[in-house]
Amino acid sequence: MGAFHSVPTEDNLEDLAERTGFSLEQVKNLHRRFKYLSGGAETLRKENLESISDLAFNPIRKQIIQAFFDKRNFGQNGAGSVQEIGFEEFLIVLANFRPPAPRITEEERETIKREKLRFLFNMHDTDNDGTITLEEYRHVVEELLSSSGAIGKETAKAISDAAMLEVASVTVGQMRPDEFYEGITFEHFQQILKGLDIDSKMSIRFMNVNTSNMRCGK
Amino acid sequence: MIPRVPFRPAPGHRTLMGRGLLMFLIMTLILGTILPLGASSSPDVSSRNGQDNHNHSHRSQDHEGKHHDNKSRKAFPVLEFDYQHVRIPFEIALWVLLASLMKLGFHLIPRLSSIVPESCLLIVVGLLVGGLIKLVGESPPVLDSKVFFLYLLPPIILDAGYFLPIRPFSENLGTILMFAVVGTLWNSFFIGGLLYAVCQIEGANLLRVDLLSCLLFGAIISAVDPVAVLAVFEEIHINELLHILVFGESLLNDAVTVVLYHLFEEFAGVGTVSVVDVFLGILSFLVVSMGGVLVGAIYGFLSALTSRFTSHQRVIEPLFVFMYSYMAYLSAEIFHLSGIMALIACGAVMRPYVEANISHKSHTTIKYFLKMWSSVSETLIFIFLGVSTVAGPHQWNWTFVVMTVILCLVARVLGVVGLTYVINKFRIVKLTTKDQFIIAYGGLRGAIAFSLVFLLDKDHFPDKHMFLTAIITIIFFTVFVQGMTIRPLVDLLAVKKKQETKRSINEEIHTQFLDHLLTGIEDICGHYGHHHWKDKLNRFNKKYIKKCLIAGERSKEPQLIAFYHKMEMKQAIELVESGSGAKLPSAMPSTISLQNIQPKKPADRALPQLSKGREEEIRKILRNNLQRTRQRLQSYNRHTLVADPYEDGWKEILLKKKKIELEKKISQMNNYLTVPAPPSDSPTMARARLASDPQAWRVKPDTDNVPTIKVDLASPQSPESVNVVDEFGKRGGQPQREPEGEDGGLTMKVPSSSGKAPTKADSDDPREQQRLMRCLSDPGPAPDEEEDDDEPFLP
Repeated sequence: MGAFHSVPTEDNLEDLAERTGFSLEQVKNLHRRFKYLSGGAETLRKENLESISDLAFNPIRKQIIQAFFDKRNFGQNGAGSVQEIGFEEFLIVLANFRPPAPRITEEERETIKREKLRFLFNMHDTDNDGTITLEEYRHVVEELLSSSGAIGKETAKAISDAAMLEVASVTVGQMRPDEFYEGITFEHFQQILKGLDIDSKMSIRFMNVNTSNMRCGK
Repeated sequence: MIPRVPFRPAPGHRTLMGRGLLMFLIMTLILGTILPLGASSSPDVSSRNGQDNHNHSHRSQDHEGKHHDNKSRKAFPVLEFDYQHVRIPFEIALWVLLASLMKLGFHLIPRLSSIVPESCLLIVVGLLVGGLIKLVGESPPVLDSKVFFLYLLPPIILDAGYFLPIRPFSENLGTILMFAVVGTLWNSFFIGGLLYAVCQIEGANLLRVDLLSCLLFGAIISAVDPVAVLAVFEEIHINELLHILVFGESLLNDAVTVVLYHLFEEFAGVGTVSVVDVFLGILSFLVVSMGGVLVGAIYGFLSALTSRFTSHQRVIEPLFVFMYSYMAYLSAEIFHLSGIMALIACGAVMRPYVEANISHKSHTTIKYFLKMWSSVSETLIFIFLGVSTVAGPHQWNWTFVVMTVILCLVARVLGVVGLTYVINKFRIVKLTTKDQFIIAYGGLRGAIAFSLVFLLDKDHFPDKHMFLTAIITIIFFTVFVQGMTIRPLVDLLAVKKKQETKRSINEEIHTQFLDHLLTGIEDICGHYGHHHWKDKLNRFNKKYIKKCLIAGERSKEPQLIAFYHKMEMKQAIELVESGSGAKLPSAMPSTISLQNIQPKKPADRALPQLSKGREEEIRKILRNNLQRTRQRLQSYNRHTLVADPYEDGWKEILLKKKKIELEKKISQMNNYLTVPAPPSDSPTMARARLASDPQAWRVKPDTDNVPTIKVDLASPQSPESVNVVDEFGKRGGQPQREPEGEDGGLTMKVPSSSGKAPTKADSDDPREQQRLMRCLSDPGPAPDEEEDDDEPFLP
């Protein structure tokens, strides 16, 4: 859904630029990149992304790639995942990483923060039940530590337990011993990451120059 | 005649007494300071050497008298007065003492310290002391440039460099460099050039000042001073970004200053500067800055390498840190490279590795020594500034001085605004007008400028005294006016202040997660940005550098785990310090414990059950193996670092914590069978095992430091209420061991006692059991200090 069925024209690109907030130059560059990655095809598949050699060292490679194919990130309240995406979806996912404009209102900043946190949340909440359970969080920590060699599941477990405990303490406060903390909901997630300034941290610089000539290790 | 330092009588009697005593002490000291210092401080006075001074003369006359009386038979002098041979260390110690007492004294006057920054007060004290010395008739000592650059400045810079927050520094490095290099260049040429223009005006009587002198003066005065910035910014708690921008600028502009200074000084003698010289100047700048950084980095690596081998000589670890850093500074100064940049590079490079290698106590030692030295240095510098002002010699020229002040301000504002306009095009987080104002306003000048002017050769620069006066005026202006008003301005403009939140483990996890995520996205987009290179550097660091610079197991420890251990340790230390389970500081009213987050076991889970008998058998075996007391004789040796109960205590706490968790698991044995065995060489286990190693482990027979913690069933009390089974208190703690292969991988350790725990577990009420066992991993209000960084090489 939403994939281009025709060669993108200038109007399409402009329209996309408007919708996602990129500049026209940036959209064109990203389109070039998209074509490069997909080998000229109209749609991008997982294998295309997996073959980027730079990503090989990334411990959370799988999650990142999955995020591109996750319907929840396409902004239309979808769910589940797809096998291939078009340029529009590619752009929409990347739009999450746009730096915020300098002069925006508090409200807009909050919205941007929420969207970015939502993206992160979706990455953790793999079964899409609206909460990050202990298992899912544990998985996150394990993946993070996986690049550091044989640390062992025990430590990952301890860390994720401690983290979960912290979330529960901060968000819920008092709980009776027999109560059970189901998992991190989106509101709790927002609360614990309040101090991170996510709107500026989770941004990358999208170049206005032509990057398709740069080696990307494919 | 001695000026009374005024103080308001405090309401309480005791406070009055305390203040009175301190005042008395200070005044005695001032008296004591003035007289010997006045007697023999200034080198020009050495010939007179106290003979003229009242105090001295009495005594010497007495001495003479005695001698005259006993010319034939020299009586054995019961009491002698020989000041000369201790003169220099005595004076130094006296000054340091005076400085420290002053610091104490300021805080007795409560409102004063909140209005006036300490640096101002110290300068005032210096003025007073200088005035007193002059009144006595001697000439006060001047801030000797050699002393300043070799002894007073390095501790401050090392302190700043060692605790430099690397992450914000490297993120803003481009901005900082722009301000430091381009900004300082702009300032110097603007001020120098315009001053020259002013000097050309007929009426000012300044025609003799030539262009090079003006430019040199501009170069000296345009550099933002790290000492002054630190002193003032420390007290206003501004947000991290602004702090690091101004402070970073003040550190990095040293290279520019050094080059310009030497350049103009060289050519002032000659008189002209050619194009080749300009080119050489630029080259020299690159050499000075890169060379300084290189020298610092080399010494940093050496220091890190050395610290790898200090595991048996913990006492001298801090010494290595200090000596290597000082050597870096001195080595850079040999070649006229930028010593400040060398120091910063050395401190920043060695820190992650050294911290991984040294003991906790060495870490504390380093931290407190650095703070102490830098504090004393700073105080001395400001006092001496005051004294030197009184010493003179001055040459006041209204035009020159006033124009200097105005031009400095204007140049700074223009520079900042112009540069920010350019910089904002490249920044993700743009600098707002408020930020720009604070950056401009925070450009304080200080003692470095003063010392540099002092070093000038009078022959080449006949206007040295005029320059000196102007510099002092500027310094006073920036420190007093800007220093005093910046705090209310910060409040007025509602500039974001430093957030006092402590780093939580969730934030840490997500910071790491974000790093990897952003690197991944950059790779997908195909452009090699900031994150990509940082990631590459980190990987390189982990693969090669850490292996050779960090001792043993810790080289493989990923940063997240290091952070987690650090947090655990903090909690554990807090636990030990707050004593035997008594009321602990309650910041987070939370009674959530581990069982709240463990997923409920579905009732229909079909797992094999351990029979009760089997359970008891296992428990008995484990118990027998774990029963081992740890009373060792304490032998004291000055050269070996005796394990101190706190340091032991936390390891014990960690062990206990693990035991508690495992005990809980035993109680849940009905629900699941195996718990994954901890890998035998994880750093946690290795350190725990080391803790149980008899040779390396000495424990005081008195185990009262280990909290005896009681079970308290009905306690919804304070958060960190440590409710652990009591048995632990009786023994000195148990070593951890793998039990002899029981049940295929079942590795659980049980506190060896026949106490409540096993019997409770036998009962069919795991819930109740869980209620007893509160997990200690509540992240508590750990006392967080400013250097809470345990970050990768380039985070």
